[in-house]
Amino acid sequence: MKTIAGVAAVITITGVAQAQDLTIYTYDSFVSEWGPGPKVEAAFEAECGCDLALVGIEDGAALLARVRLEGSRSDADLVLGLDTNLIGAARETGLFAPHGIEPELDLPIAWADEIFVPYDWGFFAFVTETGQNRPTNFQSLADSDTSIIIQDPRSSTPGLGLLMWVKAAYGDEALGVWEGLADNIVTVTKGWSEAYGLFLEGEADMVLSYTTSPAYHLIAEEDGSKMAVAFDEGHYMQIEVAAKLASSDAPDLADSFLEFMLSEAFQEIIPTTNWMYPAKIPEAGLPDGFDTLITPQNPLLFSAEEADALRDEALSEWLTALSR
Amino acid sequence: MADRAQPLSARAGIWAAAGVAALIFGAFAAVIWRAEAGRGLGPSDWAALRFTVVQAALSALLSVGFAIPVARALARRRFPGRRALIAVMGAPFILPVIVAVLGLIEVFGRSGWVSQALGFLGVPPLQIYGFHGVILAHVFFNLPLATRLILQGWQEVPAERFRLAAQLGVDRWAMTRLIEIPMLRKVVPGALAVIFAICLTSFAVALILGGGPRATTIELAIYQAFRFDFDLGRAALLAGIQIVLTTGAAVVALRLGQGDSFGGGLDRAVRRWDATSRLARQIDTLWILLGTVFLLLPLLAITLSGLPGLADLPSSVWQAAATSLLVATLSTVLVLLLTLPMAVAIAFGRDRLVEVSGFLGLAASPLVIGTGLFVLIRPVADPMALVIPVTAGVNALTVLPFALRILVPRVKDIVEGQSRLALTLGITGQNFVRLVLLPRMRAQLGFTAGLATALSIGDLGVITLFADPDIATLPLQIYRLMGAYRMEAAAGASLLLLILSFGTFWLLDRGGRGHAET
Amino acid sequence: MLRLDDAVIANGAFRLQADLEIPAQSKVAVIGPSGAGKSTLIEAIAGFLPVETGHLLWNGREITNDHPSTRPVAMLFQDGNLFQHLTLAQNVALGLHPDLRLSPDDQKKVDAALDRVGLAGFERRKPADLSGGQRSRAALARVLVQRRGMLLLDEPFAALGPALRAEMLDLVSELVSETSATLLMVSHDPQDARRITNLAVLVAEGRAAKPVDTEQLLNNPPPVLRKYLG
Repeated sequence: MKTIAGVAAVITITGVAQAQDLTIYTYDSFVSEWGPGPKVEAAFEAECGCDLALVGIEDGAALLARVRLEGSRSDADLVLGLDTNLIGAARETGLFAPHGIEPELDLPIAWADEIFVPYDWGFFAFVTETGQNRPTNFQSLADSDTSIIIQDPRSSTPGLGLLMWVKAAYGDEALGVWEGLADNIVTVTKGWSEAYGLFLEGEADMVLSYTTSPAYHLIAEEDGSKMAVAFDEGHYMQIEVAAKLASSDAPDLADSFLEFMLSEAFQEIIPTTNWMYPAKIPEAGLPDGFDTLITPQNPLLFSAEEADALRDEALSEWLTALSR
Repeated sequence: MADRAQPLSARAGIWAAAGVAALIFGAFAAVIWRAEAGRGLGPSDWAALRFTVVQAALSALLSVGFAIPVARALARRRFPGRRALIAVMGAPFILPVIVAVLGLIEVFGRSGWVSQALGFLGVPPLQIYGFHGVILAHVFFNLPLATRLILQGWQEVPAERFRLAAQLGVDRWAMTRLIEIPMLRKVVPGALAVIFAICLTSFAVALILGGGPRATTIELAIYQAFRFDFDLGRAALLAGIQIVLTTGAAVVALRLGQGDSFGGGLDRAVRRWDATSRLARQIDTLWILLGTVFLLLPLLAITLSGLPGLADLPSSVWQAAATSLLVATLSTVLVLLLTLPMAVAIAFGRDRLVEVSGFLGLAASPLVIGTGLFVLIRPVADPMALVIPVTAGVNALTVLPFALRILVPRVKDIVEGQSRLALTLGITGQNFVRLVLLPRMRAQLGFTAGLATALSIGDLGVITLFADPDIATLPLQIYRLMGAYRMEAAAGASLLLLILSFGTFWLLDRGGRGHAET
Repeated sequence: MLRLDDAVIANGAFRLQADLEIPAQSKVAVIGPSGAGKSTLIEAIAGFLPVETGHLLWNGREITNDHPSTRPVAMLFQDGNLFQHLTLAQNVALGLHPDLRLSPDDQKKVDAALDRVGLAGFERRKPADLSGGQRSRAALARVLVQRRGMLLLDEPFAALGPALRAEMLDLVSELVSETSATLLMVSHDPQDARRITNLAVLVAEGRAAKPVDTEQLLNNPPPVLRKYLG
C-alpha cells in the first residue's frame, strides 16, 4: 500500500503545472503551429525576458467555463479569446481584474471597457468553394439543401456569434429561422477548428467561419478556391478580447502583455496567422490579399449588455429548434 | 463450528466490496445532493433523454438483428480461419472507442472509402455525423458481442439434437422451429438488454460523432453542462436522470442476461447435417464475409492512415502515452487488489456480493461517478490535481464486473478442489494465497490484468471532466489533435493507441497463460 | 486412542450417530453400503464436518472444535492429494511447513520420505509427469513427514488397478506400523479390508457401530451388509 500512496503523491505533484512567469489561456487555433501563438510567444519573451506559456483550451466559450471551473485556483494570469457576447458572463464571474492600460484602437466601433481589451475583430460568414452558387441569406439557405457545419454556441464563440447574427437579423422570428436551418446542419462541433477541419475534409458544402478566412488559403497556400458568401441580412461582427485574472500572481507582467498585445509587434502577426482584422492597423497596412475579401455592407453587433441579455433566450431557441 | 472451515477469510473481500459500494453510493449521493431542479428540464434535455433511449434501443435491435444470421452462419460452417475470426470478435471489447470512430469515419465518412466508391456510381456520399453515425459506431462495437452471445446459444444446443434432426430428416423450417427459435428466445432478450445498457452510457461515440442538440446522449449532456457552462447543478440533475435510467436497465439486463461472452469453447464447431443446399451455403458465406469486412475495414483504415504519422509523432503524444500507461497500471493494480479478495469472498458463499458489485458496475456510468467525485473533492482539494488517481479509480470501477466474472469461477474451482487438502496441511491465510491461489490463477489474473489495462488505456470518459490543459491521456490527446485539425498526427497517435492497448493486453494475457499449468 | 462420545455428525440434512472407540495403533476398515455415511464419519474426524452434539477425543484430549490442521490427522482423499503446480519435493515439504520455508534438516526429511516410498530422484518432478501409482506414493511420502497419530484414507487408490492397489495398501500398512499410527480407511472392497485391517466399523442406517474384528464381520455380515456385499 505504501508504494501506491507514493505513486499517488508523485502524480499529484506532477499534475500541477510547472510554474511559468506568465500563463495565458486561449483557444486551440491560437496556439496551433500555424496560428499566432508561436510568433507571439517568441516576440513577447524577447521583449520581457520572461517565460510565457500559451495554453490552448478548446474554443472561447469553453475557455470561459474552464476559468469558472478553476476559479481562483487557476494557473492562468490572462485569458485571451473571449468576445463581446461573452463579456457580460465573464464580468459576472468577478474573476477578472481591470487592466491598467490606455488602449489606442482602430475598431469600427468606439471601445471603452476597463477590464476587457480587444486585440482583433472580424465578420462571421459562411465559407465555401469559390464559384459555387450558394444561398445568400438565411431564408434561402433554409429552403435549400446546402449542407453546413456550425459550432456549438455553448462552447464556441463563432457558434454563439451565429446565434446573435440570426437574432440581430430576425429578432423574434429567430426560432422559425433555426427550425428551417435544422436540416441543413450536418453536425455541430465543439469548436471552430473541428468545424473548419471537417469542412476541408469535404464533410459539408459550407462552414461557419469569417469573411477573412479565404485570405488564409489565398496568402498561406496560394489557393483561391475558398470564398466567403455575402449575406443580404448583413454580417455579425466579432471583437475578440483578452483580460487579466484577479488571481494572477504576476499582475504587472500581465499588464505589460496587454500593452504588448496592442503594439505593432503583436498586431502585425494577427492578419496572417489569426486571419482576422487587427485591432490597431499596422503601419504597413493590411497584407495583400485582404483587399479581395468581401466587406459587409451592413455590419451587425449587439453591445455586451444586449448580447448578455439575449444569450439565454437565443440559446434556448436554438436548442429547441435543433433538438426536434 | 457452524460454518465449514475455510483456508481464507472472506473479510478482505467484504471490505473491498463495501469500499466499492461506498464510493459509488457516495458519488450518487453527492450528485443528488448537488442537483438543482431549479431550471427544470428544457426541451433539449428531453431530446437528450429521448435520443439516449432511442439510439440505445435501435443499436441493440440492429446489433442483435445482424448478429442472428452471422452467428447462425458461424455455428453451422467450418472453414479455415474460423477460430481466428471468432477470437477477433472479442477485440472490439478492448478497442479504444476513439480509434474505432476514426476508422469508421475513414471508411464511412463523407469522403471515406465507401462514399468514394458510391461516388463512382453517382450515388451521393454517406453522412456519418449525427444519429446515423452514433448508431453505426454502436453496431460496430456490439455486433461482435451479440454474435458471440448468440453463438454461445448455438453451442449450448446439445449435439444430439442436431443428430436427431438429421435422422428425422427435418426441413429448414422445422429446424428453425424446433431448435433455433427456442434457443433465440432464451438468448436474445439478454443480449438486447446488455447492449441496450451499454449504449445508454455511450459517451465518446456521441462526443465525436454526435454532439449537436439532435444527437446528444445524457452522458454527453453531463459533459456539456460541465465543460460548456460549468453548471454543476445541471450536471448533477442530468446525472440523477442517468442513474434512474441505467439502474433500470441494469436490473433488466441482470435478470435477462445469462450469457458470458468471455466463455471459452466458442471455437468448437459442432458437426451439422442441415443447411447443405448451395443457396444456404452461399448466404452463410455472404454473412460471414459481410461481418468480417465490417469489423476489419475500420481497423485496416486506421492502420493505413496512421502509419505515415507514426514515425513523426509530436512529443505531446508520447507524453500522453506515458500518462495513459501510468493511469492504466494504477487502474489494473486497483482492479486486482479489489477483485481478488471479492472473488474469494464470493467463492466462500457470499454470492450477494457478485450481484451487488456486478449491478453497481453496470449501473454506474463513468461521467456520473466523475461528477459525484468532482462535487465531493472540490471543497477540500483541487480536483484537477487528482486527475490521474481519479481516472484510474473510475476506470477500475468500470472493469470490476468483468474482472469478477473472470475470476470467480476459477477461485470457486480452486476452493472446491483444494481447500480440504490445504486445511489438513494448515496452509491458510497468506500461505494459501501465495502457494495455492495465485499460482493456480495466473491465466485468469493475466487475462483480467490485460483487460483492465487495455480498457483503461483506451478510455475517453471521466478524463474529459478532470483533465488540465497540460495533462492528457492518449485518447484525450487524439481528441485534441482532431479538434486542432491535425488529422495525420491524430491518425498516427490512434495507431499508437491501438498498438498499446492490444499489445499490453496480449502481453499480460500471454504472460499469465505462459506459466499456467494444465 | 480415538473416542467418539455420543457424537452426532451433521452433513447437510443428513445425521450420523457414533459412539465408539478406536484403539491406538489399530488398523480399521470403515465398511457399509453406498451413501450410508462412511465418508461423513472420516470427514468429521478430519474436521471438515461439524460434530453437532457429543465429543471427539484423541488420547483423552478434546479435539471436537479444533481446526483441521491442528488435529492429529493426515488424510488422503479420492483425488486432489497433490498440488499440481508444485514439485513433489514441495508437495511433501508442505507436510512439514505450510509456508514452504525449510531448514536443511527439513530438506533431508523430505528426501528421506521420498526415498522411503521409492521416489528418490523425483524431487523436481511435477505430479502431471507421474503415473497414478507414483502420485499415490508421493502423497504417502507427505503423510510420512507429517508424523500424525492417525491416517485417514477416503479411497485414495480407487482409480488404480487391483495389483497396484494391493501394492499401495501394503505400503500404507508398512508406513503405519513404522510410525505407530492408527489407520482408518473407507473401503468398498472386502479384499482390501481383509488385506491390511484387523478391525472394522460398520456404517449403516445412520449409525457407526463399534469396531469388531474384520474377518468376523465379513464372514458373518449382518443383513444390511450382506445385501450390499452380495
